[in-house]
Amino acid sequence: MTNVKALRQPLSLRLSSSIFLTFWCVVAAFPIFWITVMSVKLPIDAFNGNPLKVIFGPTTLAQGKGLSILDITIGLTILIITAKLATGWLIRMVGKFSPSGYLWAGWIIGSLTFGLLFVLVFFGLQPSLLNILNDISGILGINIIGFSTEHYSTVWFEKGFFNNFQNSLLVTTGVVTISLTFGTLAGYALSRSSSNLAFWILIIALIFRALPHSVLVTGYLPFFMNSAEILRPLLGDAAPTLYGLPWATIAVLVAINQPFTIWMLRSFFQNIPAELDEAAQVDGCSHFQAFRRVIMPVMWPGVITTGLFSFLLAYNDFLVTSLLLDVQNQTMVPAIARMFNMETTTTDQVVAVAAAVSIVAPLFFLVLFFQRQIVSGLTAGAVKG
Amino acid sequence: MKSKTFATFVGPSIFMMILFIALPLAGVLSQSFYLTQSVYEEVEVETCTPSFTGQICLTEITTLPMLDKEGKKVTKTTFVGLRNYRNVIEFPRVIAAFANKSWQQFMTIDFWKALRFTLTFTLLTLPLVLLFGLLIALTINNAAKSIRGPVIFISLLPMIITPVIGALSIRWLFIGDGILTSFLEWWLVRDIAMFAQAWTIELMMMLYRVWHVAPFAAIVFYAALQTVNQDSLESAIIDGASRWERLRYVIIPHLMPLIVFVTLIHLMDSYRVFEEVIGFSSQSYVISLQWLTYDFLSLDMLGNRSISRASASAMLTMIGIVILLIPVLRGVWMDYKGRRL
Repeated sequence: MTNVKALRQPLSLRLSSSIFLTFWCVVAAFPIFWITVMSVKLPIDAFNGNPLKVIFGPTTLAQGKGLSILDITIGLTILIITAKLATGWLIRMVGKFSPSGYLWAGWIIGSLTFGLLFVLVFFGLQPSLLNILNDISGILGINIIGFSTEHYSTVWFEKGFFNNFQNSLLVTTGVVTISLTFGTLAGYALSRSSSNLAFWILIIALIFRALPHSVLVTGYLPFFMNSAEILRPLLGDAAPTLYGLPWATIAVLVAINQPFTIWMLRSFFQNIPAELDEAAQVDGCSHFQAFRRVIMPVMWPGVITTGLFSFLLAYNDFLVTSLLLDVQNQTMVPAIARMFNMETTTTDQVVAVAAAVSIVAPLFFLVLFFQRQIVSGLTAGAVKG
Repeated sequence: MKSKTFATFVGPSIFMMILFIALPLAGVLSQSFYLTQSVYEEVEVETCTPSFTGQICLTEITTLPMLDKEGKKVTKTTFVGLRNYRNVIEFPRVIAAFANKSWQQFMTIDFWKALRFTLTFTLLTLPLVLLFGLLIALTINNAAKSIRGPVIFISLLPMIITPVIGALSIRWLFIGDGILTSFLEWWLVRDIAMFAQAWTIELMMMLYRVWHVAPFAAIVFYAALQTVNQDSLESAIIDGASRWERLRYVIIPHLMPLIVFVTLIHLMDSYRVFEEVIGFSSQSYVISLQWLTYDFLSLDMLGNRSISRASASAMLTMIGIVILLIPVLRGVWMDYKGRRL
């Protein structure tokens, strides 16, 4: 740039720009930060009008539930070390020890072991160690901030949230795998074809993308409730009642997700030069072989990004899951809606807050680890328009 | 690509979309012309109460749902034409409201109430999302390189949060003597109840939606800002364009396709406004079109689901989104034809 001086911004502009950005960051993070703070306080503190009381929680503290300076430092240190290990050491170890071609398996095993170790250290070893340390370290060991995990244990163990968590896991895994399998094939074909048919498929997919989900659910619900009778001529007595079945919901979510998946994967595949598969075909590959041997090894960044968005859709869905799943098979988001609709006492409210934080926590880590992929996904759909 | 190979690749996906999107749509369309009801029969019920003089027996005729051998309610489906639509739109009440020239009376009809809110919501949040998205993108672009990563991380949080939970977290800030309500009360020195009237709830819903969607717009715009043609910026400076003029005549035109893109996505998504109604529990004040269908589909107090009405309201919702999208689709079509020529 030659005109550095002309581009330099006046102080007022730079100042207002950074003030606005700070303001935005506070606005963006505050609600999430605040419900996290609320969830570890007793109701009187959590819904107090005075922000300082919510943060320090005198009532919670008075009941002997709190964190000392020592607790906070050691807890934070463990968290920071974990984050450093996860982003550095873990990646190297997985790369080193997984057999070539099975990197994904290495990742699954590696991250599961790592997560388990963290849970053992953080929730198993740390509290007992800190109890001893707090007793002997005097002023540093005195509780200063109210902190209580009782609402979390109520949510997870008494209200059966653990069951909902498993259902969420099942539904999201199913949706992500199936919609990526189908979507990758279709997205690839659409990116390599310029026929009229391909254009119309994309336009219809766009219209389907716009459909309110309630419209579709209206179509499924009567059929799902009576499917045992309707399907009997076809399947005999094995005909299932689809209402309440997780895999029926998975199929529905995959279909709803499909238009978006196709569009996104298509734009990723367009960035992979077509010369690549043409070269493979010249060398004697069929189109399928070209896809498997040449395109598959280079498509993973796009597929992972699309998978993240499929995950978000399945995980965040309320409408479809709440109408099509019965109580035992309910995922976390409809479960929390039932929880706060029934809330009568303030304790129930804080329990609902704790449930909400439990739902948000995995998403937080998702952004932490996959920020780059999410950003590239947002812009991939956009650049092609 | 040969058409056979193309078909094999696209097949599974198309099959899914036909089975789970196109067929249900056809189903909804046909359901909306039919009405399924339990069959009722008149039964003579004799109730006897013992008394001193013997038994006093009362025979009365009541209507009960007819049951089949397995004890399930017998249902009958009849073709009713447009009656379901009429039940949703409620023309007589609309006419009555217009005759009284009473907007309030008009707004007591669920469908029109929902339509009014859905459209206001969509059209009011759109400019706010674009404006805030652009502002955030410009300020991120203006910030030092080292802090951009963390800022983008924080900005992504409102976007990926579960919509119901996001709405709930805003609600918990305001409910009762929540932290922000107390702050507003202290600031304005008056008593405030955010959940006691429709307009404050609507305001919170829109704030929530802007909070939720602005990051998406911001990231998209920010990515595009990286590719602004530096040469045209430079020539604009040489021509003496002020900062504002450069934004107006160089940067905004560069972003235009993306502004259209964000508008399209936002129109689709905000027309579907639904989670806010659940999160803010606003159904007694404010409802949206999707919520109306959802409500028809949910079990009512008698344990029934009014599928037929839901179908009618779903079809009406769909017509609405098609009308909203026509200009955009026309643009895409023109563009496509232009490219082919």
